[in-house]
Amino acid sequence: MDPRRSARTVSDPKVRQVGFFTPAAPPERSCSDPPRQQDLIQPQSPSSTQVNDHFRSGDSLSPVMIPPPPHHHSDTLHRTALQVTSPKTAFSYSARTVTIPTENDDVPSSLSPSRKVVAVKSPSSYPGVRASSVPASELTTVSVVNLPPGISEKAGGGASVEVQNDRPVRSKSLKEKTSKAERRAMQEAQRAAKAAAKAEGTKASSAATKVVTSANTKPSKAAKPSSQKNDGSQFAASEKKVGDRAPEKDRKKDAPHPRMQYDDTSRVEKAKKRAVVKQTEVRNRVELFRHLPQYEHGTQLPDLETKFFELDPMHPAVYKVGLQYLSGDIRGGNARCIAMFQAFKEAIKDYSTPPEKTLIRDLTARISSYVSFLIECRPLSVSMGNAIKFLKNQIAKLPLALSESEAKATLVSDIDRFINEKIIVAEKVIVKHAVTKIRDGDVLLTYGASSAVEMILLHAHELGKQFRVVVVDSRPKLEGQLLLRRLVRKGLSCTYTHVNAVSCIMQEVTRVFLGASSVLSNGTVYSRVGTACVAMVAHAFRVPVLVCCEAYKFHERVQLDSICFNELGNPDAISKVHGREDINYLDGFVNRENLQLLNLVYDATPSDYVSMIITDYGMIPPTSVPVIVREYRREHLWS
Amino acid sequence: MDFQVVVLAGGSSKNLTPLVSKELPKPLLPVANRPVLSYVLHQLEQNNLKDLIVVVEGEDTALVVGAWISGTFIDRLHVEIAAVPEDIGTAGAIRAISHHLTAKDILVVSGDLVSDVPPGAVAATHRRHDAAVTAMLSSIPVSGPLDSGSSGGKDKAKKLGRYNIIGLDPGKQFLLHIATGAEIEKDARLPKRILRAVGQMEIRSDLMDAHMYAFKRSVLQEVLDLKDTFQSLKEDVLPYLVRSQLKSEALSNRTPQGEENGNEKVTSQNNQVFVSRILANSSTPSFHDHSSENPDGSASTRKTHKCCVYIASSGSYCVRLNSIQAFMDINRDVTGEADHLLTGTSSDPNNNIGPSPKLGTKTTVGPHCMLGEGSEIGDKCQVKRSVIGRHCRIGSHVKVVNSVVMNHVTIGDGCIIQGSVVCSNVQLQERVVLKDCQVGAGFVVTAGSEYKAESLARKEK
Repeated sequence: MDPRRSARTVSDPKVRQVGFFTPAAPPERSCSDPPRQQDLIQPQSPSSTQVNDHFRSGDSLSPVMIPPPPHHHSDTLHRTALQVTSPKTAFSYSARTVTIPTENDDVPSSLSPSRKVVAVKSPSSYPGVRASSVPASELTTVSVVNLPPGISEKAGGGASVEVQNDRPVRSKSLKEKTSKAERRAMQEAQRAAKAAAKAEGTKASSAATKVVTSANTKPSKAAKPSSQKNDGSQFAASEKKVGDRAPEKDRKKDAPHPRMQYDDTSRVEKAKKRAVVKQTEVRNRVELFRHLPQYEHGTQLPDLETKFFELDPMHPAVYKVGLQYLSGDIRGGNARCIAMFQAFKEAIKDYSTPPEKTLIRDLTARISSYVSFLIECRPLSVSMGNAIKFLKNQIAKLPLALSESEAKATLVSDIDRFINEKIIVAEKVIVKHAVTKIRDGDVLLTYGASSAVEMILLHAHELGKQFRVVVVDSRPKLEGQLLLRRLVRKGLSCTYTHVNAVSCIMQEVTRVFLGASSVLSNGTVYSRVGTACVAMVAHAFRVPVLVCCEAYKFHERVQLDSICFNELGNPDAISKVHGREDINYLDGFVNRENLQLLNLVYDATPSDYVSMIITDYGMIPPTSVPVIVREYRREHLWS
Repeated sequence: MDFQVVVLAGGSSKNLTPLVSKELPKPLLPVANRPVLSYVLHQLEQNNLKDLIVVVEGEDTALVVGAWISGTFIDRLHVEIAAVPEDIGTAGAIRAISHHLTAKDILVVSGDLVSDVPPGAVAATHRRHDAAVTAMLSSIPVSGPLDSGSSGGKDKAKKLGRYNIIGLDPGKQFLLHIATGAEIEKDARLPKRILRAVGQMEIRSDLMDAHMYAFKRSVLQEVLDLKDTFQSLKEDVLPYLVRSQLKSEALSNRTPQGEENGNEKVTSQNNQVFVSRILANSSTPSFHDHSSENPDGSASTRKTHKCCVYIASSGSYCVRLNSIQAFMDINRDVTGEADHLLTGTSSDPNNNIGPSPKLGTKTTVGPHCMLGEGSEIGDKCQVKRSVIGRHCRIGSHVKVVNSVVMNHVTIGDGCIIQGSVVCSNVQLQERVVLKDCQVGAGFVVTAGSEYKAESLARKEK
């Protein structure tokens, strides 16, 4: 890297700042691009304004994350505070508002019917069983969760079951009957309670339940002892409900910023509190990469697993995909993106708009909460970021007049269209382009396992071209072996080597085909770690480097190094060799203060080493990437 | 999460003969003064699983159990009770309620499981691998009392019977072989196909099938329909699924494809293949994929299903109450080292450890003991590592060590009870010595008698 840096004239501090990508990126950004880039792209200025416009307008549209809708949380806080206070105020008020008597009546009455059901039902249904005595047996409901009707379709969510139940009646009666002075007093009481709730801070929900219990237990003291148990369990139920809901809202509001600087301890602490997945951070991190999240591997999965049934708002399909990301069962930009979209599709199909909410807003918030869950499982790839951006844009564009089922159908078909056009057709086009670059007698080198490159090789083989393939691989993932296996099975002639031997093997290579996780607007190719190394060696040997990447993975970000954005893998993966128990030199050293293990996942290949990028818009030089980015955005986000 | 929970509570167990009776079926057998079923139900409740089907053997038992559940868990759980005839086995029980199962996956839990392993973990593993069945395995608990060597020999003999022989893949994620019950004595027979596909297999005998399974509903129902001789989930259904995981003809091939085709009407078939290929190529292949593809690379039509395992971490507690020894162990552990199972669970507030209801002078109650409400103990008694139920009357100079005494028991002066179980309403007259005995409910032990390693019960009328 070093010689290249010095050769380059543009190691401008401004550009570096852009790399960190604050939303208010200065518009001079495009000017600081190398001049040759401007030659190529004529309408530069519109593009830059568009870029900025975009930043400002869609605060939700950063590549790797979706910031939360800002007002949600405060809204709920407000609401719970209101509801909690209402019984109090009514209490302090007058006997006219009926709260305590009704509540008191409520307890036994809600209890007795279910008891009756048990008593009547169980004997009556048993004779049936006895008579039939065939294996088929009947079910008898012995215990029922006794929830008032309000809770099952809870919309905004009240703090307590009972309070919510009573609310409409009471508020109506209040409006009708209270005098002006009374109303003012009530307002004041509410305000005071709200302030108190706010003072409680994030623990508002728990405080709310406490208030509810006190409200609950007061009448039950007077009631007969049998109702006490019932009371307690109802409290438990309401507490559960609150507990379930609060984190969801929290998550929506403060999804951890994917570009959070993880060396900022206070923020990390905050994020950790919200996280669904328990994340234990590794102690010894490499200084340069402190700002990246690095978790103790092996702690997340079991913890997430135990919560399987507790994450109510999470859709099972999304949950499954998250688990698969976390455990590494699904990897690769295309596959992760497809898996995510298929999960979202399921979620959308099962979605129904809660009352008093609009589909557009609520579904966006729902998707955001899913996304932040997925981020906790594994940081998003650029392709996923773009795909999410697309989906949210589609949701936002839905006409308000559309019925729910129509809207859902539209979204599902949008998702299908995206997968179809942007991934499947794009890959076919890439293959068509790339095959023209393969001639008989070529020796093609590829690194890792890119789905696009694999298609190209297989297609060229089907066309009957005579060529040889060199598969370069690296530890610890050894994805190349899977590619190799598939290629060899198809009858291609292959050579397999590891990346340390790349300089030796490069002499006989005539083309290098590489996949990419993302292509950034300065032409940098962001890809599997080791790609840069291969590209540089190829460059030194004057072998053309062709990067195959679908256009939906392009991103307007500018990145000059692979430090500011990256992902850290499991450090154990490099300290241990799978299947080789005898290599245990690092046993017991892993937690030493002076040992730091670094397992990077991605690296950035500067555009200088890339001869050509093959994308679904054609074969372009790396300097033309901004055009693609702009065109793509025009087509998909503003259309 | 689209899971349905079936709790197999059982009925009267032969293994526990003197302890269980018509009035006190196995699900209600008190462990640390709470019915054993409540541990499972509570654990499910904590995991937010509130829709349960409890399957009980025998209608009378079902009535008793149902009454108890409705009394304890009203407003907290939505429980449906199904009574099945006795001796149809676990598979038969599921078959009987099969038409009530509608969710995508079924979680089957044994009602006698006392554990703190979250069921969610099993379910999550199941979902992650999209398995046909996922079984929970736990390490075999240390059996027998810690400090009394008296019953050591007997323990070993009993423990041997519980061993499973389990074959796992190197990643410890898939179940390749399982032998239970009588099969252990026979030679292990493995399908060659599985061995060839996996390459390496780890045979373990230190793991126990904890009888918590997640089944894909379609697979489970199909197996039960096809093989109507299958009696037990553990001994028939699970081994069958494991054996046939690489050549499942009827199983699981229809269902997933049918679902997917239904979902993807929009995309053409070709694209569908494409998508699935991308997904398949990017994920780590399991041995199932290797075996299902022919050497020339084309995926063959042979269908496979996955049998996964979730191995509980060594720190968690997981025991099944299926023998008297296990009953003793669980009582000891729950009051002792695994007391987190009790905290916060008390269905009524009097169930805490070490309240001293009414103790005579110079009576010592050691640690890890539990005394139920309303029990009275006379002077100069010693209680060590024991559970004593409610409303017991214990005279003076009594020694109770490593024992379980249930409710309403009267113990006369000068009795010595060691390593025994004394059921409800038993009357022990003066100077009775019991060592490693089980006394059935309502039995009267005459004064001065001594028993060692015997099972005393009233004659059935």
